Amino acid sequence: MGKRRDFSATRRKFLKGAAVAGAAGIARPVEPAAAAAFAPPGGATAPIQEARSESSIPAEVDVLTTEHCGSDFMVDVLRSLDMEYICSNPGSSFRALHESIVNYGGNQKPEFITCLHEESSVGMAHGYFKIEGKPLGVLAHGTVGLQHAAMAIYNAYCDRVPVFMVVGNTIDATMRRPGVEWLHSVQDAASIVRDFVKWDDTPISLAHFAESAARAYKITMTAPMEPVLLVIDSELQERPLSDKDKMRVVRATRTSPPQGDSGAIAEAAKLLVAAQTPVIIADRAARTAAGMKYLVELAEALQAPVIDQGGRMNFPTRHALNQSGRARALVSDADVILGLELTDFWGSVNAFRDQMHRTSRPITKAGAKLISITAGDLYMKSNYQDFERYPEIDLAMAADAEATLPALIEAVKRLTNPDRKKIFQERGAKLATAHKAALDQSKADATYGWDASPISTARLFGEVWGQIRNEDWSLVSSTQSNWPARLWNIDKYSQFIGGSGGAGVGYGAPAAVGAALANRKYGRLTVNIQNDGDLMYAPGVLWTAAHHRIPLLNVMHNNRAYHQEVMHLQRMASRHNRGIDRAAIGTTIDDPNIDYAKMAQSMGCYAEGPITDPKDLGPAIGRAIAAVKRGQPALVDVVTQPPMKPVEEMS
Amino acid sequence: MSVFLLMLALLAPPQAPAPAPATAPRGDVGNGKVLYTKIGCYQCHGREAQGATATGPRLNQNPITYTRFVAYIRKPTGEMPPYTAKVVTDQQAADIFAFLQSLPKPPAVDSIPLLR
Repeated sequence: MGKRRDFSATRRKFLKGAAVAGAAGIARPVEPAAAAAFAPPGGATAPIQEARSESSIPAEVDVLTTEHCGSDFMVDVLRSLDMEYICSNPGSSFRALHESIVNYGGNQKPEFITCLHEESSVGMAHGYFKIEGKPLGVLAHGTVGLQHAAMAIYNAYCDRVPVFMVVGNTIDATMRRPGVEWLHSVQDAASIVRDFVKWDDTPISLAHFAESAARAYKITMTAPMEPVLLVIDSELQERPLSDKDKMRVVRATRTSPPQGDSGAIAEAAKLLVAAQTPVIIADRAARTAAGMKYLVELAEALQAPVIDQGGRMNFPTRHALNQSGRARALVSDADVILGLELTDFWGSVNAFRDQMHRTSRPITKAGAKLISITAGDLYMKSNYQDFERYPEIDLAMAADAEATLPALIEAVKRLTNPDRKKIFQERGAKLATAHKAALDQSKADATYGWDASPISTARLFGEVWGQIRNEDWSLVSSTQSNWPARLWNIDKYSQFIGGSGGAGVGYGAPAAVGAALANRKYGRLTVNIQNDGDLMYAPGVLWTAAHHRIPLLNVMHNNRAYHQEVMHLQRMASRHNRGIDRAAIGTTIDDPNIDYAKMAQSMGCYAEGPITDPKDLGPAIGRAIAAVKRGQPALVDVVTQPPMKPVEEMS
Repeated sequence: MSVFLLMLALLAPPQAPAPAPATAPRGDVGNGKVLYTKIGCYQCHGREAQGATATGPRLNQNPITYTRFVAYIRKPTGEMPPYTAKVVTDQQAADIFAFLQSLPKPPAVDSIPLLR
């Protein structure tokens, strides 16, 4: 007669013996130890399980409760990583860890943040990191949850943002509950996202989990920072633990970011100091506020113009050397170009024409020297093409830009003699004049359509600026408009967090809520300019903000369309000589119009709108800010340019 | 996302512009306004033709000749999609041109407190 197998004991043997396919990405044959675990006692051919009466349950199997379980220890490990929150949509494959977080851990460090979609969980982690500078945990099903999360993980991967993913799974097929648990189990959970996570593991013991968690933390926080993923088996979580206090939490250590080679730094400084028309281009250069300070120091030492591509808050917008609006002219005239953590160096120095025959040409002048400092050169994968076109760099440092800047600044200062300093000062004066002219031009440009309805984006950002300029504010939305860079005085690192990275729609709202969660303890007014199409991917994150009392000002940039796609369709129609008045089909979000204010109100937010008269906008934002200061998320729906139809035709 | 600037295209030197009518047809401002939206000019240039650095230059108060205007839309040298006479006739182009010419000047910067 066969013997009933014990979930906790038998599967423990299985997990210790089986070769788990996880990290290798391939399913290996079951090894003898695992085979033995499956074999019925005595080597008989009896089935592994058979129907039995409850009265014959062995005594050890009839133990129904335990004081501690494996997932309690997992909470100890997560707490050791200083993890403040863990975002999750609840799921049975991690039910034990969920329970341990809220009961054993007292729902503190990490606190369970209820999300209504896994893409929201990861998007929140994305935004949170860019304010707080440390990863936030995400807990999800290893199957259906991870599939939902995949796009947001890709955004974080492209944006060099660490996310600490933990996903549940039930590996032992003989211990799965019939039905859904099979549907939610997988041989190799990480495989679906392995192309865009930096490291993953499937620990088969709690000690293994502790070590892998520390390793994952170290890896995700080492430049280039990327998401990591741990798969936690349900047996490992639910395993009774009698000796929890004897379990050792492995200390997570950090790795110093890589600094550029000293010879390369000296050569770069030589080129920059000797240059007549140097240009500095920064994308994700400043990982922290210190990085921004270093970049200012380097630019001032050289009196060189800076083009901030906006991957991070790299350079103050009102600094005289900020010449971001003159990128093309400056690059064309440059003799030395220093690129700091550029996603697309090639695209920064070439022009590409999207006509019937796609063409490109360099915009740099002959002999211009290109210098690159990026940790991106240290880590690259093949499948997804986020590495962009190959740039022909003259001096490439595979290093973290922020870590390298202090040495480069020192080298530049050492080489700067009085003659060069005088030349630098003259250059700086011309750049200051150009900066002022650009600001004046931006203000003049903003006047066009200022009183128009639908509301111009210049008016939208102007009205928001008017309401927040005297607050401690933080703009956490994606870079869908450059009006803040043109009109606002942005001079603190926390005042801007860059974009999505992968341009995957659906990033904006959850990243904003995550950033607002991080900003909450600092009392900052978090501002999100929210695209309509982006919000509709997973609008439930507004409920998460309301439920967890996360104050956040959302101002809708509601042009009732996927406007980028409207323009693409128009381009194709023009190219094909037909239907140039039909670009709205499949690209607009009207008929019926979505009432974002009502939607937000239904989820517990303060909300107003839709607003079409620009005169109504400032007061509405003011009332919304008052709600935010009371601790509530708020939303102001603003109908913005350019919608497909005139407002009067939008019923 | 990388959106190249149509503004740059307009500023670029023209390359063998297509032949344009020697004289401008009389344009209908009202029809030009309708066409400006209907055929999608507003998508890149804004409903008030105010332009945007990421998509297309300002056309409001940005005088160019009708000849150059038509030559450019027929055979743009930059990123702008081409609009042949098959999809935008010379008369329609003249109507749009007339509409653009009719747009009023914006308020002065100093008159807008938020921009001071």
